[in-house]
Amino acid sequence: MDTQFPRIVITGVGLAAPNADNLKTYREKLLKGVSEITEIDLRYFGKAPAGICDFNETKYRKKKENKRGTRAGCLGVYCANEALADAALSIDHYKRSRIGVYVGLTEHGTVETENEVYNISQFDYNVDYWTHHHNPRTVLNNPAGEITMNLGITGPHYVIGAACAAGNASLIQGVQMMRLGEVDMALAGGVSESTGSFGIFASFKAQGALGSANDPREASRPFDTSRNGIVVSEGACIYVLERLESALERGAKIYAEIAGYAMNSDAKDYVLPFHERQAECMALAMERAGLAPEDIDILNTHATGTKQGDIEECKAIRQVFGEGKNTYINNTKSIIGHAMGAAGVLELAGNLPAFADKLVHPSINCNNLDPECKLNNMVFDKPVKLEKVDTILNNSFGMVGINSVIIVKKHE
Amino acid sequence: MTRDAIRDLILEIIEDIDEDADFDTLQADKPLRDQLDLDSMDFLDIVMELRKRHKLQIPEEDYPELATLDSCVNYLEPLLADA
Repeated sequence: MDTQFPRIVITGVGLAAPNADNLKTYREKLLKGVSEITEIDLRYFGKAPAGICDFNETKYRKKKENKRGTRAGCLGVYCANEALADAALSIDHYKRSRIGVYVGLTEHGTVETENEVYNISQFDYNVDYWTHHHNPRTVLNNPAGEITMNLGITGPHYVIGAACAAGNASLIQGVQMMRLGEVDMALAGGVSESTGSFGIFASFKAQGALGSANDPREASRPFDTSRNGIVVSEGACIYVLERLESALERGAKIYAEIAGYAMNSDAKDYVLPFHERQAECMALAMERAGLAPEDIDILNTHATGTKQGDIEECKAIRQVFGEGKNTYINNTKSIIGHAMGAAGVLELAGNLPAFADKLVHPSINCNNLDPECKLNNMVFDKPVKLEKVDTILNNSFGMVGINSVIIVKKHE
Repeated sequence: MTRDAIRDLILEIIEDIDEDADFDTLQADKPLRDQLDLDSMDFLDIVMELRKRHKLQIPEEDYPELATLDSCVNYLEPLLADA
């Protein structure tokens, strides 16, 4: 990446995943392949496997605020505060007007709208009973705005809508704003409350893309011949981004440096992914990072467990990495499901500790590897210890043809 | 509905909005907003709950009548006489 720009580092991670509410526990469970995907019962839809986050919802704000706001806001506020605590950073370290909040969303307002339509159905669809909270809850900046209100941040806040590439897209946005000097610190990541929407489950089901299994923990099984779709999860992950020199100055712990990134569009189909553009996206991110495929130690796949999606991504990886022996490949969704707008950042977070422990966390639930998904060095069931982990490449793709790739490197 | 029942109804609605609300030192003749963590959106919640529970349509110009616990009771007593 152009060296005239300031170098940006990740110095704090706050997360809520279906199997953990902090990075340490999350990493331990990913290394052991512990899935806590459960079965939920949705209004109108019925039962489905899903990932639900168990975290202390009132650790950083009152129940009253949680009731008034959204689940996405609640997740975002928790993770933003956890990220600051993890970074050992007081909110007053930087001027509050010089902090930016960038949150990725696959969708927002779906849950709130469904709830309100249900609510007025109890009153003969009389809109006099429609809540006055609807607009502040459903404006797209809601989750990012709830974070600024909670923390008293007066710098810019907005969300990036980028389907399931949104977490990565917002991380990229945060990096760009830091590089441009718009802000001195960024809280950037993604949030998903999609498990509250029957419509999202029903739509995936109608597409034949909703994962299922007798045991919900086995419903998300990317690369397996029997895979049958996505497991929808809620989740969130917010990073603290600082300039390298600021982080060094205050003696911050540095998880990783942003080495490169890329985003592009398939310009092709509403739902079907396209390996050519995915390959171009990975190649562009590496070019910007000044890295070659053989320099990538871990590649964390986007694969969601759909038939074609997994095959397309593996084709793209094969196209870029060939028979590469240096790159180890894993998948986090097999353990936590698909956290939609949070997916990219949550999955990257689960791999960041690899810079310290040199372990590649495994993918699970692949008993019969689809030959079309076969790649060198895929890591299944047990972690693999590498001699070195200096770089991680994270893929995150989404509907309507959106691709994102982030490469982070170890800070020595 | 008796005056006491109306008072309890209002306090119950406020407790639904904010279960941490402390009524121990609440003065019935002083504005609720000065004593509790309530803002204009919360007052709209009170209006909505009265609509849902008792089909009351409170016109906007009457909202100031809900300022204190006493004024709520005075205003609602005739409206809830048959409730």
